[in-house]
Amino acid sequence: MFAYLVRRLFLMLVTLFGISVVIFFLLRIVPGNIVDILFAAAGYVDPADKANLEKELGIDRPLIVQYWHWISGFLRGDFGYSYVSEKPALQEILPRIPITARLAGLALLFSASIGIPLGVISAVKQGTRLDYALRVVSLSGLSLPSFWLGLLILTAAVAMFGQIPIFNPNPKTWLEAFATYAVPAAAVGFRSAALTMRITRSSMLEVLRQDYIRTARAKGASDAAVNYHHALKNAILPVITVIGIEAAFLIGGLIVTETVFNIPGVARFLVEAIRWRDYPIVQNLVMFIAVVVVFANFTVDMLYAVFDPRIRYTD
Amino acid sequence: MRSVRALAATAALSLLAFSTIAFAGGPKQGGILRMYHRDSPGNASIHEGATYSLNVPFMPVFNNLVIYKQDEAQNRMDNILPELAESWAWAGDNKTLTFKLRQGVKWHDGKPFTSADVKCTFDMLMGKAQQKFRQNPRKTWYEQVNDISTNGDFEVSFNLKRPQPSLLALLASGYTPVYPCHVSPGDMRTHPIGTGPFKFVEFKANESIKLTRNTDYWREGRPYLDGIEFTIIPNRSTAILAFVAGKFDMTFPTEVSIPLLKDVKSQAPNAVCVVEPNNVATNIIVNSSAPPFDNIDIRRAMALALDRKAFISIMFEGQGDVGGTLLPPPNGLWGMPKEMLETIPGYGPDVNANREQAKKLMQKAGYGPDKHLAVKISTRNIPVYRDPAVILIDQLKSIYIDGELDVVETANWFPKIARKDYMLGLNLTGNAVDDPDQSFYENYSCGSERNYTNYCNKEIEKLFDGQSQETDIAKRKKLVWDIDKKLQEDVARPIIFHARTGTCWQPYVKGVTVMSNSSYNGYRYEDVWMDK
Repeated sequence: MFAYLVRRLFLMLVTLFGISVVIFFLLRIVPGNIVDILFAAAGYVDPADKANLEKELGIDRPLIVQYWHWISGFLRGDFGYSYVSEKPALQEILPRIPITARLAGLALLFSASIGIPLGVISAVKQGTRLDYALRVVSLSGLSLPSFWLGLLILTAAVAMFGQIPIFNPNPKTWLEAFATYAVPAAAVGFRSAALTMRITRSSMLEVLRQDYIRTARAKGASDAAVNYHHALKNAILPVITVIGIEAAFLIGGLIVTETVFNIPGVARFLVEAIRWRDYPIVQNLVMFIAVVVVFANFTVDMLYAVFDPRIRYTD
Repeated sequence: MRSVRALAATAALSLLAFSTIAFAGGPKQGGILRMYHRDSPGNASIHEGATYSLNVPFMPVFNNLVIYKQDEAQNRMDNILPELAESWAWAGDNKTLTFKLRQGVKWHDGKPFTSADVKCTFDMLMGKAQQKFRQNPRKTWYEQVNDISTNGDFEVSFNLKRPQPSLLALLASGYTPVYPCHVSPGDMRTHPIGTGPFKFVEFKANESIKLTRNTDYWREGRPYLDGIEFTIIPNRSTAILAFVAGKFDMTFPTEVSIPLLKDVKSQAPNAVCVVEPNNVATNIIVNSSAPPFDNIDIRRAMALALDRKAFISIMFEGQGDVGGTLLPPPNGLWGMPKEMLETIPGYGPDVNANREQAKKLMQKAGYGPDKHLAVKISTRNIPVYRDPAVILIDQLKSIYIDGELDVVETANWFPKIARKDYMLGLNLTGNAVDDPDQSFYENYSCGSERNYTNYCNKEIEKLFDGQSQETDIAKRKKLVWDIDKKLQEDVARPIIFHARTGTCWQPYVKGVTVMSNSSYNGYRYEDVWMDK
C-alpha cells in the first residue's frame, strides 16, 4: 500500500509538471498578449510604448526563460504580479478561492443529497409513475444549461418577490449568507444532481437483481435495510467516480453561474484573466485547479478502498 | 393651559410642515449612490485609458482646469466653466492660454494643489516629463502645445504653436483631469489621488469600486452624496434585473439599449429613463491600399448601397441619427445640416435609385449579376460591432458584393487593422469631445495612429488646420461642413449611423444629467442627490 501511495504521488508530480507545460505554452499560442489588449482598449498602437511595456512585463524574453521564471517562482511560493491590477497574484487569487469553494461544495452537497436518494427511489420504484416523473426531472437537469436556469431563477425571483438573489458581499445574517450561495449552488448543482441520480438508478438496478439481495430479503431484512445497507453500499462506487469527475467539471459550470449570479469567485476571475491574457493569474490559477483535480482523483481512488473492502492497492 | 398647548402643537406642526415643504424642493445631503458597472476597467488612471468605463467611476475623483457645465446636456464652448482654474484668458494672437488657479485646494492626501501639478500633468501627456504614462492615447490632443509655463504657484500658461480655440474644449473633457505631481503614474493606476468631490476608497477588480465624500472639497456644500459604490456586473441581463429589483439606484450610463429600455420601463414603470446620442459613430473602414477597394468606383458603389435608415430601424427601433463624421444637429454642434447631407452620394432618400447607380459603378469595375465580388468583412467579436456587420453584408448583396463575416477577437483587432490585413472593416468611433479637431486629426490626418485606413489627403489636411485656427464659430462651422462633405465623398471612412442609448435611474435620484453629444464628460456627480 505504501509503495502504491509513493508511486501515485510521484505520478501526480509528473502530471502536474506536464500540466504546467501545457498551460504555459497553450496560453502563448492564443493570439495576442496583455499589451495588445491594453492598446486595443486604448484604440491605438505606439510601437515604442508597446515595446517598453512588453519589456516592463517581461513578455519580450524567450519562452523558456519566461517558463523557468514562472515555475521556479511557483515552487518558491512567488506567484508574481497581476499584469492588470499590478497587485500580487496571490493577493488577487486567495480571497476568491473560499467563495468558489463554498459554492462548489454546496453544489456537490446538493448533487449528492438530492441525486443519490432520488436515484435509489427511482430504482426501487422502477416502472412506476414516480420513476417516470423522476426520470423526466433528471433529463431536464441534464438538458437545461445552467446559465439559462440561473437567469430563469433570477427573473422569477424579481417577478415574484421583487428581490434578486445575486451575490451579497456583506450578508447580515447566517441565513442571508447561506442564501447567497444556496440559490446559485442549486442552479449549478441541478445538472450534477440529475447525473448522479441517473447513475445511482442504473447502478442500483444492477445490484438489486443480484442473488445476495434476494437472500437478504428471504432472511426477512426490511426494505430500507436491503436498499440502503446492502444494495446502495455496493452500488455507490460508480456514483463516487461520477461525483469525483463532476467535482473537476464543476469549474466549467461555475464560470457561467458566477457570471449570472455575479459571484466574485475564481471561475469568473479566470475567464476575465484569460480575456486580458493576464498570464500570472491564469497560470497560477489553472495550476491551483489542476492540483485540486489531481488530489480529488487521488482521494476518489482512496475512497474506493474504504467503500469496497475487496479493493486492495498492492504493488 | 390647554389653549397654550394647542397653540404650541399647531406652531410645531406648522414649522414641521414648512420645513418639509422647503426641504422637499432642495437637494438633500447624504446617501450612497449604488450603480452597476458594465465591466472591470483595467486600472484607475483616466489618462492611460480610452474607454468611458474609466471615466464613469473615476471622473468624480478629479477636477479639470475647466469643465463642461455638468447640469446641461449639450457640451458647448459657451458652457465651459472654470474648475481648478478660476478664470482663463487668451493672449498673444490667441497663441497663449493663461489660467489663474484656485487657491487653497488640497489633494485627497492633504498636499496643496499648485501650478506645478498642472505643468506635470500636461508635460506627461505631451511626453516631455521624466515620468511616463504606460499608455498615452491622447498625446495627439496636445500637438499644437509648445510648452506649459508657470508664473508662481497659481498661474499657468499653455503656449501654442498656432491658435487652437478648441484646446479649451479638449481641456473640459472628462478625459483631462489634473494629476498630482507627487504621485507616480503607477500609483495613479491603482490608487488615484485627486482633488475632486469624491475620494477613492477601493477598487476590487471584477467586484466593486468605492468612492467616499471628500469632506475638504473646495466647492462649498458639495458633493451631496456620502459616496458612490459601483458593483461590477458584466452580465447585462443580471445587471438590468438587479436595477429593476431596486438593488441599484442607477444603471451604468448609456448602457441600456433601446429594446432593453422597453423591458426596464415595463418592469420598473417609475424608473426615469433618458435616451441620448452617445457620439459614437458606426462606420466602415476600407483598405484602399489594396485591390479591390483601391478602385474608387467600388468604394463609391459601396457607399451608395448603404440604407442607413434600415440599420437604425433594425438596431435602434428608429432611434438613431444619420450623419457624417460629426454628430448631426440638434444634439451635435458641428454636424452637417440635413439638406447638405442629402446632396452627398448615398445619403439621398431614394435607396433604390442609389443602388442602381452603385450597380452601374460595379459593372464599370467588371462585376455584375454573373460575377460577384467576394469580400471579407472584418469586425470585433462584440455584438455592437457584429450586428451592424451582418446587416452590411446583407445590404452589399444588392450590388453584387458577397460579404463574409470575419470576426476578430479584441486582442487581435488593432494589430490586424494596423498591418492592413483586412478588406473592409466594421468599426465604431467614439468622440470624447464634440469638436472637429478631435475627430479630424485623430481619424483622418496623415500619420495619425488612429487613422486606421491611412487616408491621407494633403489638401484636406490644410483645411483641417484652417478650421482649427478659426475663432469665428459660424465661419468655422462652414469650413467643417465642407471638410466633412469631402471626407464622405472620398469614402474615407463611410459613416453608417450615430447611435442613441438609454440611461435609467430610480425616481428618488435627482440631479443626474446625461450628456447628449458625448458619453465621456458628464460624471463628476457632485450635483447628484437622493430624495429619500
